[in-house]
Amino acid sequence: MTVLLNTVLILTGLGIFAAAIIYLVSQKFQVVEDERIGAVENVLPNTNCGGCGQPGCKAFAKAVVDAESLKELHCPVGGNAVMKQVAEILGIAAVERDPYIAVVRCSGSFEHRKKTSIYDGAESCKIAATLYSGDTGCAYGCLGMGDCVDVCDFEAMYMDEKTGLPVVIEDNCTACNACVKECPKNILELWPKGKKNKRIFVACLNEEKGSTARKECAVACSGCAKCFEACRYDAITINNSLAAIDPEKCTLCLECVETCDVRNIITANVPDEKIKHATDHRIRLEERARKKKEEEKLAAQAAQQQNGDATKQA
Amino acid sequence: MAMRLNKHKTFKTGGIHPHDNKLSAQVAITPLSLPKMVTIPIIQHIGAPAKIVVQRGDIVKTGQILATHEGFVSSNIHSSVSGRIGVIEEVMDSTGFKHTAVNIRVKGDDWEEAIDRTDTLVEEIKFSPKEIVSRIMEAGVVGMGGAAFPSHVKLSVPEGKHIDHLLINGVECEPYLTADHRVMLEKPKEIIVGIKILMKALGVQKAIIGIEDNKADAIEIFQQLLKNEKHIGVEALEVHYPQGGEKQLIQALLNREVPSGGLPADVGVIVHNVGTTYAVYEAVQKNKPLIERVVTVTGKSVKQPSNFLVRIGTPVIDLLIAAGGVPEDTGKIVSGGPMMGKAIADLDVPIAKGTSGILLIPKDEASRSEVYNCVHCGKCIEACPMGLEPYRLLIMSKKGNNKRAKEEHILDCIECGSCSFVCPSNRPILDYIRLGKTQLKKQKSV
Repeated sequence: MTVLLNTVLILTGLGIFAAAIIYLVSQKFQVVEDERIGAVENVLPNTNCGGCGQPGCKAFAKAVVDAESLKELHCPVGGNAVMKQVAEILGIAAVERDPYIAVVRCSGSFEHRKKTSIYDGAESCKIAATLYSGDTGCAYGCLGMGDCVDVCDFEAMYMDEKTGLPVVIEDNCTACNACVKECPKNILELWPKGKKNKRIFVACLNEEKGSTARKECAVACSGCAKCFEACRYDAITINNSLAAIDPEKCTLCLECVETCDVRNIITANVPDEKIKHATDHRIRLEERARKKKEEEKLAAQAAQQQNGDATKQA
Repeated sequence: MAMRLNKHKTFKTGGIHPHDNKLSAQVAITPLSLPKMVTIPIIQHIGAPAKIVVQRGDIVKTGQILATHEGFVSSNIHSSVSGRIGVIEEVMDSTGFKHTAVNIRVKGDDWEEAIDRTDTLVEEIKFSPKEIVSRIMEAGVVGMGGAAFPSHVKLSVPEGKHIDHLLINGVECEPYLTADHRVMLEKPKEIIVGIKILMKALGVQKAIIGIEDNKADAIEIFQQLLKNEKHIGVEALEVHYPQGGEKQLIQALLNREVPSGGLPADVGVIVHNVGTTYAVYEAVQKNKPLIERVVTVTGKSVKQPSNFLVRIGTPVIDLLIAAGGVPEDTGKIVSGGPMMGKAIADLDVPIAKGTSGILLIPKDEASRSEVYNCVHCGKCIEACPMGLEPYRLLIMSKKGNNKRAKEEHILDCIECGSCSFVCPSNRPILDYIRLGKTQLKKQKSV
């Protein structure tokens, strides 16, 4: 009996002693975490995708709490709604950002790009890109093995078996940048989602001379500059025989779309009538400009003739 | 493992024994008739691309310089034919990528006068070591075993390093290829003079030619010729892939180990290929730039497996036609050997300074087999000649853990493919290791 009693007493004593030490130590070395970090973390999507540039949501929460303004920090997955909540928690001004989406900047589907060889190595675009320039003539196009699909955490991408190109599912894409980083050919790019999800971009990256590019792919951008001439807002630039649209300058007037003979300027969520309307508008404008020019020319000629007559008479 | 009665030397770590399939070993080197058009890429070597010094429309002579080296680790490029320069454009070469190349429409065969085209053996070396290196540099000689590293860089030993051995690599461990073998059989005297030139340039007293024992005739010729030479030896080696790797050859011949990340010069050795040695002889004694090389065209169903003396820039198709056309069952055309070579996607790909062979693989052997999970059998570890753990490097590289892979010495991999060769699950081990290496190199350059 005494043995039992002693045991109980000693163990209780030890327990109390240890508890006291733990209590004292925890008081002495207490780490006060900002409560706001937890609060912010709760509003974040907690997908830990890394799209914000931080290693995860917790790190982002910490960074947000430490930061003075939200200018540099943005959660692409949560978007403006979440950032507003975060701003409320922190009591600082929310910074609205246009939502982005990943776009596929290659339109060389199977029918447009003839295969010149068969790739037989490991199923990965990254590996194929270390070995050669691609299984079609185009050295810039999509390799089609779906590294981007594998890396997507949001089930926002799939490979279209008919075209061999990846497709972004608009509603699921959170612009987390994972596919953009993964693609060895830089086919994927983050693009402003645009008003009412309307956007316009050039779906080609081939920088080779027009004739060569077209040999490699029937829908390659040849740098013919028709779109460049049609653009009234200086939004289109041509570099290395490749057109590029500046999304900041583009007003979505759609007038360039029909000028492209291979329809490589891709529009999203824009009905065909609108494109047609814009094209008609452009043609009218051009017609008007041409007429004006002709009239001016005629006027100038007439003036010259008059002058000539005058000198003759003199 | 079967017991080896063979007492010849070999390297100790790893390695494999693929069938050697040297179909064209007994076929003498024949010069290929001049092509109509050559395409000469301005980067055929490791290092910076050369700078083009000709223009479209220029008339060039055979051996005239087309592009000069930019920086020290680079190489001169010469015209391999005479004719008119055509377009200078981006062309797919045997690396699988597009590079700038000079097209030349061939007209006649008008050589530069300074080049000695006779067959007479010039034994007397009248140049100083410095002159030798500069002549080799001017002639655009690069390593002809495959990697195409500029030879003059190898000969310029960094200060503070003492070289005591020159090794001549006559191993040709890649199955099928016989280009080096034929050069050894047909130009042994020239090679010996080449070795003497290299010895003089490096100031070394000892040279060893390493030859695998499946080339007994070559070993015999050199033994005969070197009877009275005290400083140059010839050593028979066991057939063992990848013995032609310089680190493996050093281990086999001298039992020295090159430290991780180091160069052969760190252990007092410089290795040159026999083909390169012959090119050095021609460059120094005959003033002939590197404008042609021996290329093996071979394969199980090729009608006439051959060894051709080919002008640099000749399209692959010309060689295939000369060897009896492309057999119907061809599944893959490889530039180089079956182990380390690279499949080419286009028959207009030009022969470069580093192209040692064109191999036609039949369809049934060309495709890869189904990939299974790793069974952790450790065969890849046993086979790795560099003592790495390939299956682990695959996992690290697949997961993007390049930092860890670097700690596990992924950069020491010589890409010999032994791991993929032995893997019973057909895992693409080398593919992933190569990916990891490329990414690490990219990070370094950024």
